[in-house]
Amino acid sequence: MEEKVSFTKRPGVQTLLASVLCAILGIIIGFIILWFMNAEHAAEGMSAILVNFFKYKAASPTALMKYMGSFFVKSVPVILCAEAILFAYKAGLFNIGAAGQYTVGIIASLYTSIALGWNWFFCLIAAVIAGGVWGLIAGFFKAYFNVNEVIAGIMLNWIGLYICNIVLGGPACMNQSKSETYDISEVNPSGILPGFMQEFFGGNQYMSIAIPLTIVVAIVILVVLNKTTFGYELKATGHNKDAAKYAGMNAKKNIMLTLAISGAIAGLAAGLYYLTGIEHFKIASSVPGMGFTGIAVAFLGGLHPIGTIVAGLFVEYITLGGQYLNTNYYNPQVADLMIAIIIYLCGFVLFFKSILSKPGKVKVNANAKPDNAGKKEV
Amino acid sequence: MAGLLLLIQYTLIFSAVLILVALGGMFSERSGIINLGLEGIMVFGAMAGAMVMVLLPGDASRFTIIVLTLLASAVAGMLSSLLIAVACINFKADQTLIGTAVNMLATAAATVIIKAFNTIRSNGADFSAKLDYVRGHDAFMFSIGGLQLSWFIVVAALLLVCAIVFFYKTKLALRIRACGEHPQAADSVGINVYAMRYIGVLLSGFLGGLGGIIYICAANSTWHFDYGVAGAGFLALAVMIFGQWKPERIAWSAVLFALFRSLSNVYMGIGFLHALPISGTVYNMFPYIVSLIVLAFTSQNSRAPKAEGIPYDKGAR
Repeated sequence: MEEKVSFTKRPGVQTLLASVLCAILGIIIGFIILWFMNAEHAAEGMSAILVNFFKYKAASPTALMKYMGSFFVKSVPVILCAEAILFAYKAGLFNIGAAGQYTVGIIASLYTSIALGWNWFFCLIAAVIAGGVWGLIAGFFKAYFNVNEVIAGIMLNWIGLYICNIVLGGPACMNQSKSETYDISEVNPSGILPGFMQEFFGGNQYMSIAIPLTIVVAIVILVVLNKTTFGYELKATGHNKDAAKYAGMNAKKNIMLTLAISGAIAGLAAGLYYLTGIEHFKIASSVPGMGFTGIAVAFLGGLHPIGTIVAGLFVEYITLGGQYLNTNYYNPQVADLMIAIIIYLCGFVLFFKSILSKPGKVKVNANAKPDNAGKKEV
Repeated sequence: MAGLLLLIQYTLIFSAVLILVALGGMFSERSGIINLGLEGIMVFGAMAGAMVMVLLPGDASRFTIIVLTLLASAVAGMLSSLLIAVACINFKADQTLIGTAVNMLATAAATVIIKAFNTIRSNGADFSAKLDYVRGHDAFMFSIGGLQLSWFIVVAALLLVCAIVFFYKTKLALRIRACGEHPQAADSVGINVYAMRYIGVLLSGFLGGLGGIIYICAANSTWHFDYGVAGAGFLALAVMIFGQWKPERIAWSAVLFALFRSLSNVYMGIGFLHALPISGTVYNMFPYIVSLIVLAFTSQNSRAPKAEGIPYDKGAR
C-alpha cells in the first residue's frame, strides 16, 4: 500500500498538515483580533506573542535559558493532561473530568507535602492515586449506572474543586495572610522534586525530573496502545463496545480501568507541576483550565502521544506569549482566545483532510479507506 | 420566614435558568446534535444582554430595557450556536470537541471584549472584566407581597408552555425528533435533515442565550465575566438527562436542582441550616453531588436520542 500512496496522502502526514493548518489559521485569526482591538500595534503585539521569551536572547543567554526552563516546566501539566485525555479517547471515552482529576491531584500532592511533610516520591504517588480514584469514580458510574462519562466528569470537576478549596484553604496548608499555599521549599524541602539539568537552564530551580518523566509517560502510552493486548482491548472497546464484549472482553472492567489510568495521568500532571514549587495554589472559583486545554492539545497533536508533546509545547508557548503583550493596548487573555480558536478549528480537521486527499491522480481504491482510518488512530 | 421567602425566590430564579437552558439542550439533542457548548452560549447571551443594559440611556423605559435586553441575549445566543451548527452539521466535526471549544472561546472572548469595552468607556481607567447594571437589574424586578420576583421568571414560564406545546403538538417538532432518532429514515420521507438540525441548534442558542442573561441578572447586579457562568450550562445538561429529553419532566427536575442550588445562596438565612456544622463550600457542592447520585439512579433506563453525536452521512448504510 505504502508505495501507491503519495506523500501528502499518508494518514500521518495528513494529520500533521491538518494540525499545522489549524495552528496557522488560529494565529492569523488572532492577528485579525489584535488588529480589531488596536490596529496600530497589531504587528507589534503578534510579534510579542511569537517571539516570546526569545527576546532575552540578545540581552542575556542565561536569562533566556532560565525562561525556557520555566516554559518547559509549565508545559508539563498541559502535556500530561492531554495524554490523559488522549488515552481515554482511544478507548472511546471523552474524559472531560481530567480537570477534576488534576484538581484532586493538586489536593493530594500539596496536602501530603505541606501538611504531612512527606517525601516527594510519596507525594507524587498520592497525587497519582487521588487522580486515579477520581477517574475510577466516573468510570464506575459509567460502567454500572450508564451515566454519561462527560456529565459525571463535569460534576466531579466541581465537587473536586470545592473539596480542594476546603482542604487546601485550611490553616494546615494555606498561608492565610498571603491567601496562597505555603512554599514547599520552605516548609518541606524533601517534598520538592529532584532537579534535572538545572545548570544548563540558567540555574532554574524549578527544572525537575518532571520533564524526562513526561516524555517517558508519552512513550509508555504509545507502547501500551500499540504493542500490548491491553491496549488492543481498550481500542476495540472504544470502537465497538458490543463487538468487544462478544469477543470476550470485559467492557465494564475496561471502562473503569481506562478512566482510572487516565485520571492517574492527570493526577501525575498536577503532582509534577505543583511539587516543583513553581506555583502556589490559591482559592479558585472555577475549575482549573488545564484539563480543558488538554482536550485541545490532544486533538491538535493529532491524537498521537508524541504529537501531543509538540502540540502542548506550542499551546503553552502561545499562552506564555500573551504575557509579553503590551498591556496598554491589549490584555493577555487574547492568547487564551487564540488557543480557543485553534481548538475550534481542530474540529475541522476531518474537513481539511478530505481537502488534502481530494485532488491527485493516485487512485486509492475504496477498500483502502477504512484501512487509512484504522491507521491514523495510532 | 424571611429565609424561606429568599429560598423560594432563588429557587424560582435558578429554575428559570435551568429550564430554559435544559430545554435548549433538549431541542439540540433531539435533532441529533450534542450541545456541550451551552455554557459558552450562556456566556455570549449574558454578555450581550449586560452590554445592552449598560449602554441604554438613563431615561429608557422599563419596557424598552426588558425587551431589548432579552432580544440581545437571544440573538447573541443564536449567533454563537451557529459556531456549533456550522462545524457539526456541515463539517461533521466532533461534537464534544466543538462544544468544549465554544465554552473556552466564550469565556476568553467575553473577557477580552468586556475588558476592551470597559477600557474604551472609561478612557483607560478601568481594565476589569466586570459590568455593573444595577438599573437594568432593577427594571426586571417586581414584587408580590414580600416576594421579590423578576420578569425573567414570567418569561421563562411562558417559554416553557410554548416549548411543551411546540414539542408535542407541531409537525416541525416531530420532524426534528425524527432527525435525532433516525436521520436516514427521516431523509427518505423528504425531511431536510440539515435544516432540522439547524433549527434544533438555533433553538438551543435562543434558549441558552436567554438563560445566560437570567443567570447573571436575576440575582446579581454586577458580573465578572472572567468566571463565565460557573458551570450552570453543565448543570442544565444534567437536568436535561434527568428529565429524559422531555420538556415537562425537564421542568420538574429543574425545580429540584434549583432548590439544591439555592441552598448554597441562602443557607445563612435559614436558622436550622445555618446552625449545622457544615461550611458554606459544602452547600456549593450539593447540587453536583445530588445530580451525580440522581443520575446514577435514573440513567440505567435513560434513552438518549439514538442518532445524537453522529454526524449525518447521507450515504451511510
